[in-house]
Amino acid sequence: MRFMMLMIPKGYETAAPGTVPDAKAVEAMMKYNEELQKAGVLVALDGLHPPSMGARVTFAGGKPKVTDGPFAEAKEVLGGYWMIKVKSKQEAVDWAKRCPAGPNEMIEIRQVQEMEDFPEDVQKAAAGFDEKHNANR
Amino acid sequence: MAQAETNRAIEAVWRIEQARLIAGLTRMTRDVGLAEELAQDALVAALERWPEDGLPERPGAWLMATAKHRAVDRLRKLTLHQRKQDVIAYEIETESSDVDIDDAIDDDIGDDLLNLIFIACHPILSVEARLALTLRLLGGLTTQDIARAFLTSEATIAQRIVRAKRTLTEARIAFEVPRGAERAERIASVLQVLYLIFNEGYAATTGDDWMRPQLCDEAIRLGRILAGLVPGEPEVHGLLALMEIQASRFAARTTADGAPILLLDQNRARWDRLLIRRGLAALTRAESLTDRPGPYVLQAAIAACHARATKPEETDWAMIARLYGLLAELAPSPVIELNRAVAVSFAESPAAGLAILDRIADEPQLKTYHLLPSVRGDLLAKLGRHEEARREFAHAASLAANSRERDLLLARANG
Repeated sequence: MRFMMLMIPKGYETAAPGTVPDAKAVEAMMKYNEELQKAGVLVALDGLHPPSMGARVTFAGGKPKVTDGPFAEAKEVLGGYWMIKVKSKQEAVDWAKRCPAGPNEMIEIRQVQEMEDFPEDVQKAAAGFDEKHNANR
Repeated sequence: MAQAETNRAIEAVWRIEQARLIAGLTRMTRDVGLAEELAQDALVAALERWPEDGLPERPGAWLMATAKHRAVDRLRKLTLHQRKQDVIAYEIETESSDVDIDDAIDDDIGDDLLNLIFIACHPILSVEARLALTLRLLGGLTTQDIARAFLTSEATIAQRIVRAKRTLTEARIAFEVPRGAERAERIASVLQVLYLIFNEGYAATTGDDWMRPQLCDEAIRLGRILAGLVPGEPEVHGLLALMEIQASRFAARTTADGAPILLLDQNRARWDRLLIRRGLAALTRAESLTDRPGPYVLQAAIAACHARATKPEETDWAMIARLYGLLAELAPSPVIELNRAVAVSFAESPAAGLAILDRIADEPQLKTYHLLPSVRGDLLAKLGRHEEARREFAHAASLAANSRERDLLLARANG
């Protein structure tokens, strides 16, 4: 099973462009990342610049509308993520608990959808697409 | 916390900690069988205590401390080799008792883990024993899981593991990371074991479908761990690259009802781009470490040629043919020639591929290998020699062990 550990730091929603964590926090986090890697569970990870450097695209009325950050209505925003491959949600939780996070930070754990998580008819539909794809080759 | 929830929590902690626990205890006791028992004892203690006391703040350190206490007790009780055991017990007691295995990054524990990998894959053991022991000690798979994965009985696997541990104890295997010339041989054995585990999960479409993907996952996880422990070994990164790229095709390689889809017929949109990216990165790392790539790096490079092509027509067949040529120089084999023939048939012409097949037609190793007539049939069909092609497909079908593949070949024989 793959899980995303989504890091949600309080206050990041209003952080100024170019805000980065301090050296000490980075050092602790690097050690944690290394531990994930050495355990062979880490699939991917990235840190994200604050929303003030990003944009949102909304589709009200079916038309894309672009709003540059920061976003006044946002209460929780992503600061980064890890994707890990483990055997259970509990194991993902256990890894999250080991994160050297600060008191204003929260990690949300979400399972990545895999094909086998879909009901059989959806899987069949995907396979049907395969067969058509192959027949057209 | 509810009982079931605590048990799940313990299971998760165990999965994360057990290999490091066994590795550390192996160093202390110099006995991998005893180390595993002690680790199990600590797990039993956790199952008794944690539901009442709650999970300790640092569960890994708790398990290690508990196991060490048991180790000292056990060694004290043994009368055999009394003096030597006393020395070991003393060493365990005096070793800093608050060893923090949550800070597992330090070199010692890395060395312990690497050492345990080397022991489980020791050439003194049969290949079957190495596979079972690796899955048991490093993967934390139960005997039952391993038996299911290898389609054999639990008793057989249990026997195999017991005997392997006894062999290791009797041979008094040195518990240190091998150096020099021996190191290369030992690493080769580890890589072989990991790739066999991976292939056991990847190759067969028969057997227990639930267990087999776990073998691939386990092999990749161990490969990633190994790449972290010995970052300077190109073949380690090569094998990891090979496994990541092959695993990227998981979702695309069978139909919903389990029939195999050949590489060139797969829907590449279903290849896992993230795994491909990881695989290509590992390959780049491997290639940066050596000018003379070994067999795993070469195989990974071949897999990468396919992974980089977003459409089958974009495949760099000339490069693949060249890589198979290099592979054949390292380890000449008619199977490699067969693969080279396929690549050459695409890079140059079906006739050029057929010429290579003619040269290996009488190889005894290929006499019962269904892919030789299958590929021959394919090339003959492309050359418009349909009657000959049908005969080859019929022959191939008679040799195929996998019923799905047989059906596919029979369809072409009658087509």
